[in-house]
Amino acid sequence: MAIDVNNLSYSYGNFKVLSDITFSVRKGDFFIVIGPNGSGKTTLMKVVAGILKPQNGRLEILGQPIDQYTRKALARTIAFVPQTLPVDFPFSVTEVVLMGRSPYLGMLGLEQERDLEIARQAIAFTGVEHLAHRKLDQLSGGEQQRVFIARAICQEPEVILLDEPTASLDLAHQVRLLDLMEKLKREKGVTVVMISHDVNLAAMYADSLLLLNKGQIVSRGNPDQVLTFQTLEEVYGCTLLVDESPLGKFPRVTPVPGKFVGKS
Amino acid sequence: MNTKTPLLLKRLLAISFALMLVLLIAMLVGLSAGSTPSGIQALFQSLLGIGEPDSMLDTIIWRIRFPRVLLSALVGATLSLGGLVFQALLRNPLAEPYILGISGGSAIGAIIGILMGFSRFPGVSLAAFAGSVATLLLILAMSSGQTILKKDALLLSGVMVNAFCAAVIMFLVSITQDSRLHNIIFWLMGDLSMIDIGHAGILAATLLPCFILLFWFSNSMNLLLMGKEMALTMGVNIQAVTVALLVVTSFMVSATVSYCGLLGFVGLVMPHLLRLLFGPDHRVLVPACILGGGAYLIFCDVLARVLPEQGEMPAGVITAMIGAPLFIFLLKRSAR
Repeated sequence: MAIDVNNLSYSYGNFKVLSDITFSVRKGDFFIVIGPNGSGKTTLMKVVAGILKPQNGRLEILGQPIDQYTRKALARTIAFVPQTLPVDFPFSVTEVVLMGRSPYLGMLGLEQERDLEIARQAIAFTGVEHLAHRKLDQLSGGEQQRVFIARAICQEPEVILLDEPTASLDLAHQVRLLDLMEKLKREKGVTVVMISHDVNLAAMYADSLLLLNKGQIVSRGNPDQVLTFQTLEEVYGCTLLVDESPLGKFPRVTPVPGKFVGKS
Repeated sequence: MNTKTPLLLKRLLAISFALMLVLLIAMLVGLSAGSTPSGIQALFQSLLGIGEPDSMLDTIIWRIRFPRVLLSALVGATLSLGGLVFQALLRNPLAEPYILGISGGSAIGAIIGILMGFSRFPGVSLAAFAGSVATLLLILAMSSGQTILKKDALLLSGVMVNAFCAAVIMFLVSITQDSRLHNIIFWLMGDLSMIDIGHAGILAATLLPCFILLFWFSNSMNLLLMGKEMALTMGVNIQAVTVALLVVTSFMVSATVSYCGLLGFVGLVMPHLLRLLFGPDHRVLVPACILGGGAYLIFCDVLARVLPEQGEMPAGVITAMIGAPLFIFLLKRSAR
């Protein structure tokens, strides 16, 4: 298993954000976490990324408890792609991608020829070669996301975590980005764990889904098992239409506007 | 890719070599400038020990000017690094030990040390260190939690701390009688003249390990700019690095404050200029700040020695006159 979570809980002060979470992610899976706003998705991801310490329960990464990893060892195993990164200091795309090599650098923190080569490959893999010498703050949101992903790939992780990478992207960029993650999974065998708001994208790409609500697991399994209209209507509290996608054997979810409700 | 990214090591060496030359030139200018005119030729004769020995000039160069140039280089390097570290740590390009009030705090400590009759080293330096750590804690507490990243909260805290420190300093100066008064005021404005070679050597021995330590942390500073959470996931032990950086920097700054008072804005001018020239990578900026910052303060001190018709002015006057307008310019630009 890439990730094993057992009875995990987390609270901010008295406010319980996650309670009794248990699930596991198979190696090489495309694993997507969905759920309404405030359901605890981001907190869960931060715990798995090692940013927040689990307060209760067990968390194992590649069969080893997370607290047995050093910071650097964990960074060589898991890479995290946040929604945005600060761009107020003028780093170039190549410099940002090279930062992914940090957990591998020696005492002086200087890159070798090999590190440059890995960065070049990551830049080519994500298709941002033409931006390599531009400054980060001159790029569009979609381009920045690809650069952040190139940085994560440069970290050569076994597991890559993404926090709503498609949130601010247009349709074309959303699909291109998820295609890229699928390619990463296929060609490099990386386990991809992603938070998404978009249940339809999740249905199309996920090998396995986890539906969270109010800090608890509502359902997990493949898209067919999780994306049923009973579960989704209960969790999201609105009327939904779930049918089969014209593209293949996976569900398609359509939110039903108020004016159509009760007509049929 | 048609353009090849050069290895960082090569860039680092090239930039360090160039700035080393600049520093060397600054030192030569610093050694030859002063009220006793001595051309470059005379300087070289004295340096190399050729030609007719001029014991007067030798004394001036080696006993008076050399310690002063060395002190300027050390202090300039320290303050530039101080600015660089605080800018990275607080992710605020306007942060600087003087603007944040940390220099002011260590000045209070140093004055108390002087008034209590401590020796310059280690007594006054330690008192200054205590003062700077106290202000640092005060600033961090005032702008704690979320707001620490907000420019305005941090700068306003700094302005208030600075005002308070200035008042305390004036209070202390006012209740002091006698001859020490003039000394304190002159020292306060950033005076680089009051040092002998022994003390300059002690200061160098104290600061050099700090410089090396900061270079060791320079890649972590890069990652810190990406935010604390990102730095964590890239293998930085945030807490250890933050504490180490704060302690080392406060220590360095207070050591220099106890020797030459308040030199404002050096930590603002140099990191910005060098970032403009060489980019934001701290592995380049740390050595660049050490060499370039040293050269910058030597030049400022030369101006302070040469500009007045009679006597001289404290170098802090020059650094503030260059730095304060730049600060306003940067503030206006960042407000856009």
